[in-house]
Amino acid sequence: MDIDALTLARLQFAFTVSFHIIFPAISIGLASYLAVLEGLWLFTGRVVFLDLFNYWKKIFAVAFGMGVVSGIVMSYQFGTNWSVFSDKAGPVIGPLMGYEVLTAFFLEAGFLGVMLFGLSRVGPRLHFLATLMVALGTFLSAFWILAVSSWMQTPAGYEINDVGQFVPADWAAIIFNPSFPYRLVHMLLAAYLSTAFIVGGTGALHLLRDATLPASRIMFSMAMWMAALVAPLQIVAGDFHGLNTLEHQPAKVAAMEGHFETHAGAPLILFGWPDMEQERTRYAVAVPRLGSLILTHDWNGTVRGLKEWPPADRPNATIVFWSFRVMVGAGLAMLAVGVWSLALRVRRRLYDQPWLLRTSVALSPIGIVAVIAGWITTEVGRQPYTVYGLLRTAESASSIDAAAVGASLAAFALVYFAVFGAGAFYMLRLMSQEPRA
Amino acid sequence: MMHLDLALVWAGILAFAVLAYVVLDGFDLGVGILFPFMPDEKQRDEMMNSVAPVWDGNETWLVLGGGGLFAVFPLAYAIIMPALYAPVIALLLGLVFRGVAFEFRWKTERGKFLWDGAFAAGSTLAAFAQGIALGALVQGIPVAGRAYAGGWWDWLTPFSILTGIALVFGYALLGATWLIYKTQGHTQQQAYRFAGLAGGATLAAIGLVSLWTPFLSELFMQRWFSWPRILFVAPVPALVVIAAYVLINGLRRRQELSPFLASLTLFVLCFAGLLISFFPYLVPTSVTLWEAAAPPSSLGFLLAGAAFLIPVILVYTAYSYWVFRGKIEPGGGGYH
Repeated sequence: MDIDALTLARLQFAFTVSFHIIFPAISIGLASYLAVLEGLWLFTGRVVFLDLFNYWKKIFAVAFGMGVVSGIVMSYQFGTNWSVFSDKAGPVIGPLMGYEVLTAFFLEAGFLGVMLFGLSRVGPRLHFLATLMVALGTFLSAFWILAVSSWMQTPAGYEINDVGQFVPADWAAIIFNPSFPYRLVHMLLAAYLSTAFIVGGTGALHLLRDATLPASRIMFSMAMWMAALVAPLQIVAGDFHGLNTLEHQPAKVAAMEGHFETHAGAPLILFGWPDMEQERTRYAVAVPRLGSLILTHDWNGTVRGLKEWPPADRPNATIVFWSFRVMVGAGLAMLAVGVWSLALRVRRRLYDQPWLLRTSVALSPIGIVAVIAGWITTEVGRQPYTVYGLLRTAESASSIDAAAVGASLAAFALVYFAVFGAGAFYMLRLMSQEPRA
Repeated sequence: MMHLDLALVWAGILAFAVLAYVVLDGFDLGVGILFPFMPDEKQRDEMMNSVAPVWDGNETWLVLGGGGLFAVFPLAYAIIMPALYAPVIALLLGLVFRGVAFEFRWKTERGKFLWDGAFAAGSTLAAFAQGIALGALVQGIPVAGRAYAGGWWDWLTPFSILTGIALVFGYALLGATWLIYKTQGHTQQQAYRFAGLAGGATLAAIGLVSLWTPFLSELFMQRWFSWPRILFVAPVPALVVIAAYVLINGLRRRQELSPFLASLTLFVLCFAGLLISFFPYLVPTSVTLWEAAAPPSSLGFLLAGAAFLIPVILVYTAYSYWVFRGKIEPGGGGYH
């Protein structure tokens, strides 16, 4: 494959996967939220929980449908554009994805119909079971696909056979590879936070219109609890994930930090423009020694810079540095909202402080922004490899004409913007309707 | 202890998954293909509601087919996908349009006609692309080393266009007979008319494809016409004739279930015919299932789960169909 076709194939993957991840992130969070709402309804008998369940169920259905169709595209794209990767890594990651289909996709699909349409046919108890199964399915799906993604980042438990394929030697080591537990926790918390801000923003919108509506108050309150509890947890989880990355993929961390030189007592570069050509970060605004403190938990710790790797083995620091900052900034914003809401809650002013409500509306998509920025950080940071350190991206692609990849990329772009744009519009319109029965 | 041929077991499981996909998504794609021909909007609502609770589960068999191929026969996956690049992309885009239409068309009055169009066009495109892919596979895929060695338009031949059209008619037949079973009154009467037309076209297409296929390759000719093999394969066309009779008879006598069962049987028989032609090739006529198989540790690991999970999946899928059994009430009754 020539270089242009490779670039187009990478663009196609980046484009389709970035669109795709939005919907599972929402589905994972909303499915759990729906299970909690239905459980509360069954437990307390308060109809407002059923109203909220039915309200979010419709929004879930739209998001889930888009997740399904954009996911099918992903499962076939490995073969169309990345057939060498598929041939070589298939024996290891293929069965993991097989388990995702068998344990997650069928479970979700099998019970989704009952969850969406079946309450009057099966009664509340069986219906609750269906909702729980859908939620379990979204969780299992995350488990398996993150095992795949993590294995590509920190491969373990494999051997290489005589035709150059990765073959499994130890399945436990493959699934529970070094970065998997951190990535799984980080992603699940991200899904919950993203959903909390979507739910919270929706509740805030309706509280601004009518501060007395019980359904709006309940959803806003629940969302702000999530923000206050999960945002700090997520920052801790993110720190652990970063330390794990430093251990296994130091080049990625160097790119995230914008370090080209190796330092003892490295500064924390807050902002700047990492320049891959000049091998330095221009316009850097830095805090002395803080970088070493954060990464090594020691003022004088050594942090390796990108120059330790040959230019061909470095990830693009310009992208990774900035996507990382967008993610961290979004995380800090979510933390701030969580803390603010706690302070107002203590003073019993949670529902009538218009600035918190307006901020929540404005920040509804902040979790999704963080998710996409985080994935860009970790995936671009994995470059120039598909299987880290072992299989280069340039050697993973099918031998396809640039014209074919370009045409399909254009088709995907056109269809995705039209279809998912319409879907986002319908979701927003559902969310702008008042949560009444 | 007898040696278990894991690759063969997996070929069987995947064959089952593909067959399950073809018949299950077949009828809901068929409903989409027939959608624009139903004159009244209320009747189109009924059509949509007849498959809305189950379409997602039906489509999951396609993911198992593709994902399973990736997992257990990665070499075949790596060769077939680039070879069928354009039809696969068309299939995926078709599925995107028709999949989102299930939710979107209820969310708008002004734009409803657009999503009705997306549902019909997406379903038809997906069916046509699958038929083309099938035809392209049957006519053979050139391989060099471990990669596809043909050109970008190799999949496009008169034969693959015929199989594409054949599958559109076949799915329309499945959809029409499903609607006969699930609806009543005017909608059902309309479905009988659809089934008659689609049934005639499907049987003609089965005849044409069956006559053409043996001439594509020496292998297929031998499989079907060499002595004494012909004795073992002859029941397949004979059963096709019987299923066709049951179908036509059921439609004439206005029976409700037998036309659907006969249509399903036609698909199962055509699938059996394909297996007879192909076996043991996954990429005809270059790569066998044993050559394409992942190592035993991969096959065994996934089989351990699949042996338990697939029966469980079948049970809860059957439960879901049972929950939504019976006729669709005219005028809806869904949550929309």
